[in-house]
Amino acid sequence: MAEAPQFESVVTDEMRAQIGVPREPFVCEVTTTGVRMFARAVGYTDPIYYDRAEARRRGLRDLPAPPGYLGTPIFDPESSDPTGGTRRGTQAGVRSPYTLVLNGGTDVEYTGVDICAGDELTGVARLESLTERYSPALAGPMLVQVTATTYTNQQGEVVATVRGTGLSYGPRRDDG
Amino acid sequence: MAEQIYFEDVAEGDEIPALEKEPSTQQLVQWAAGSGDFYQIHYDTAFAQNTGLDGIIVHGALKHAWLGELLHRFASPGGRVRRVACSYRGMDVPAQTYRLRGTVTKKSAAERTVELSIWGENESGQKTTPGTGVVELPSRA
Repeated sequence: MAEAPQFESVVTDEMRAQIGVPREPFVCEVTTTGVRMFARAVGYTDPIYYDRAEARRRGLRDLPAPPGYLGTPIFDPESSDPTGGTRRGTQAGVRSPYTLVLNGGTDVEYTGVDICAGDELTGVARLESLTERYSPALAGPMLVQVTATTYTNQQGEVVATVRGTGLSYGPRRDDG
Repeated sequence: MAEQIYFEDVAEGDEIPALEKEPSTQQLVQWAAGSGDFYQIHYDTAFAQNTGLDGIIVHGALKHAWLGELLHRFASPGGRVRRVACSYRGMDVPAQTYRLRGTVTKKSAAERTVELSIWGENESGQKTTPGTGVVELPSRA
């Protein structure tokens, strides 16, 4: 196999020091309206996501959260991001010196504890890994950041871990 | 609603029922509201073109959620989705058919879980969202 071209690392000791450090917790509310809006946007037809009587008939406390829905972060006009709705300081990941970004993937793993409307989940995000590799498709190096966010319910039970992969590449920032 | 699939009925290599989507721009706006992701490349053509795209694109997280729906349809009403993981390998656009598919790769009797290779493919059959899913199924026993 041909060796990948050499490239200069952009990862600093300061960036590496962020690995594993928990960010500020953020709270997400799981509500009936939130569940219905999410389910409708995906295109679900199963009444379990819309009809509380059906959810209860099937043994649940209330409407369950569809896969991928971990509640809606409580919005604060002072500190929440207008595009994503999450509060500043709660998201993991380092500022990349590369200017172009791509969402590389999402991995949602549930522990098996039910998540239903009425629950309040607390998320804590951490940067899990920082790797660099040469991308033949992009003809250049890329920085791969994996973040892991653990969600715990109001009873202190861990309900899910969400891993996100962020890719950055291309021209560098003027200040990076 | 489809009939319940039981753990004992499933074999490695089985293909599960596919799910077909043809997202409208309306659906992308509904997703923005439902997920809380208001990034403009998903509903504002001029904004998307200014970032170098040809036009608006489907949210990666919506494709992830469709894979979740694929697994929910397979496992419900008595089973549950335990994991939905995917990579975003290609961009998809609204008003095109997008198919969600999956095949069983592994069965674990201890927790009655079934692991699947799952993916979303575009009209040309390109797997733009390959991934892995795990569902827990009820037992006939």
